[in-house]
Amino acid sequence: MRHTISVFVENEFGVLSRVSGLFSGRGFNIESLSVAETMDESVSRMTIVTSGNDQIIEQILKQLNKLISVIKVVDLTGVETVDRELVLVKVNADPETKAEVLRLVDIFRAKIVDVAPRCYTVEMTGDEAKVKAFLQLLRPVGIKEVVRTGLVSIARGM
Amino acid sequence: MKMNGAEIFVKALGDLGVDVVFGYPGGAVLHIYDELFKNTKVRHYLTRHEQGAVHMADGYARASGRTGVALVTSGPGATNTVTGIATAYMDSIPIVVFTGQVPTLMIGNDAFQEADIVGITRPCTKHNYLVKETKDLARIVKEAFFLASTGRPGPVLVDIPKDVLMNSAEYLLPKEVSVRGYHPNYEGHPKQVESAIRLLMEKERPVLYVGGGIILSSAASLLTEFARILGIPVTTTLMGMGAYPGTDPLNMGMLGMHGTYHANMAISHSDLILALGARFDDRVTGKIDEFAPHAKIIHVDIDPTSIQKNVPVDIPIVGDLKDVLKKMIKLVKGTKEAAQYREKIAPWREQIGKWARTHPLSYKKSAGKIKPQYVVEKIYEITKGDAIIATEVGQNQMWAAQFYKYDRPRTFLSSGGLGTMGYGFPAAIGAQVANPGKLVVDIAGDGSIQMNIQELATAVQYRLPVKVVILNNGVLGMVRQWQELFFQGKYSQTCLPQIPDFVKLAEAYGAAGFRATRTEEVAGVLKKGFAAKGPAFIDIVCDPNEMVYPMVPAGAPLTKMLLV
Ligand SMILES: Cc1cc2nc3c(=O)[nH]c(=O)nc-3n(C[C@H](O)[C@H](O)[C@H](O)COP(=O)(O)OP(=O)(O)OC[C@H]3O[C@@H](n4cnc5c(N)ncnc54)[C@H](O)[C@@H]3O)c2cc1C
Ligand SMILES: Cc1ncc(C[n+]2csc(CCOP(=O)(O)OP(=O)(O)O)c2C)c(N)n1
Ligand SMILES: [Mg+2]
Repeated sequence: MRHTISVFVENEFGVLSRVSGLFSGRGFNIESLSVAETMDESVSRMTIVTSGNDQIIEQILKQLNKLISVIKVVDLTGVETVDRELVLVKVNADPETKAEVLRLVDIFRAKIVDVAPRCYTVEMTGDEAKVKAFLQLLRPVGIKEVVRTGLVSIARGM
Repeated sequence: MKMNGAEIFVKALGDLGVDVVFGYPGGAVLHIYDELFKNTKVRHYLTRHEQGAVHMADGYARASGRTGVALVTSGPGATNTVTGIATAYMDSIPIVVFTGQVPTLMIGNDAFQEADIVGITRPCTKHNYLVKETKDLARIVKEAFFLASTGRPGPVLVDIPKDVLMNSAEYLLPKEVSVRGYHPNYEGHPKQVESAIRLLMEKERPVLYVGGGIILSSAASLLTEFARILGIPVTTTLMGMGAYPGTDPLNMGMLGMHGTYHANMAISHSDLILALGARFDDRVTGKIDEFAPHAKIIHVDIDPTSIQKNVPVDIPIVGDLKDVLKKMIKLVKGTKEAAQYREKIAPWREQIGKWARTHPLSYKKSAGKIKPQYVVEKIYEITKGDAIIATEVGQNQMWAAQFYKYDRPRTFLSSGGLGTMGYGFPAAIGAQVANPGKLVVDIAGDGSIQMNIQELATAVQYRLPVKVVILNNGVLGMVRQWQELFFQGKYSQTCLPQIPDFVKLAEAYGAAGFRATRTEEVAGVLKKGFAAKGPAFIDIVCDPNEMVYPMVPAGAPLTKMLLV
């Protein structure tokens, strides 16, 4: 099963490789990983999306906790969360496709953030399903390049 | 008062009570060595290889319970420590390894003798540090010892750039260290402990499956008390040798691939396994789906990752064995239930006794060639079980586990998890440093001893009277055993035709050398060797065809043992 895990770590060099090395060294799988500083600049927060059976997930959570640089681990699975990912997409903006791109941008509440003669760069934020749908619909128009942040996730309410 | 980094480092070691360091100098740590030259608190042992230094620190730690320390230079000095560190990591041994590093500004430039040792050792240390500023040095040194020795122990590496050693800062050794991401849980949950005892008392065929955790926790006497109160049979892992008295009638000896017949049968027929500081290694479980098929499992371990890693557990207890065993003893000691329980499981003990009598550990005695098992038996007799025994890896190691009885913890030092050939001799030297008056014997193979043989110079230099008994079978015996059994006797690259004359070799180093080639000579030669003043090599020319039995072939269930 798929799990989204929040990992609070010391904001110091080498921590990312401790975490990613744990996954590769033990054969755990990482679907996405994103990381940035929190309000406390000595702490970074990672969101890791991973998958495995219950026994593997249990090991992943325990092994993460065991790393000295890891301060706290929260498994967000089964918790009500807000999930978001940001994508930047470069799409063809030929005279024939422009209108379709603008239409999709509008429907998905995306934004055009850069314009070149035959190319728009579009920014879109959403949960996984929305990102997937957006990219699927843009594909026939001609996607030149995509970059995604990976998922970030936070529990709803208090 | 300001001091330079090297002064801070050496003062911190002294203030933390470190009196022994095993090491090897080089450019990046010259400033530390200059400091050590003046210092009288810290004794430095110059080894002949950095791997030797780390194994010595490890042997020192295993034999004494204190944290071992090694100090080496950057680059090749640092990379030479890796096998030693991985060995300590797999067996959860507290050591701290200090490596020199190129100056901060040159890191990443492929500078002379630069190696990213923090990167290299990340997966085989409990934690590691690159010290960036002199002001942090004392604190990091203290943290390193704290992390290495608490919770589930393990190796910690501290990498110190040369400029950090040269720059000055205030000496600030914190009184207390706390690391916010590190909170080992020492106290077993009382409710869990109660449920465990309740479940245990319901069962009829219990086994205590005891591992290295008992020794690491210094809980051996509590274990003995607990086992005797309830009369429960005990089996230990290789790492658990000495955790429970080897001569006690409840002790079934080792279990697993080369475990005793009755220990493996007991585990396989048990209805309750109480695992104490043991991690269900594949050498122990055999085929995992058929391991202990009738048993409920209670697992006590300080490291949550050990629990439920290889086998499903019915009652997990995270905590220090000292605490958990105290709680368990309190629940049963002096109770009527305990006495009844002892009675109730008497038939089980009898059944185990029957297994033990039908298939005891044994070997075919012969008048001609010397049997290695016989040598180990003689070592046991002559030392009256009172020596510290280190082993190399291979058949020698298994016979040392099977035919010597360990009554006390910290008297059997062996690389179990990594299985490092070349471990035993330097580990024995480290153990001798920790126990100057004791007889320390390395039970060695002719292959393994050649992997760190250079440390004989260290033993001679410091007059450390370690005795190395070489079970010289002329072959890489354990590998050859697999070829014999599973590769139709094709002995690919397992004969050692160029074995040096160990007697002459010992003499060339300034040590004593002895040899036995016939069974009648063994006892006399061992006695002479043990009585020699300094370090000695005792070369025993053994039967090359001898095999270690019982043996559970890899991937087979524990009941499918090959017997003598
Ligand atoms: C050639 C060869 C053959 C081998 N054959 C066998 C064999 O037949 N049988 C065998 O048993 N082994 C054998 N081994 C060794 C085997 O590979 C493992 O090293 C060994 O079984 C592990 O022992 P252990 O389970 O006691 O774990 P250890 O590695 O000693 O682990 C100790 C456990 O205790 C825990 N712990 C530490 N401190 C505490 C504390 N204070 N409180 C509570 N828990 C704590 C740790 O977290 C860990 O889980 C062999 C090795 C070699 C090289
Ligand atoms: C460093 C290292 N290399 C290779 C091995 C694989 N190995 C395990 S046992 C063994 C043979 C050891 O030979 P020897 O020391 O003579 O011991 P014996 O089995 O003959 O008693 C080998 C090569 C190992 N354990 N460690
Ligand atoms: Mg050999």
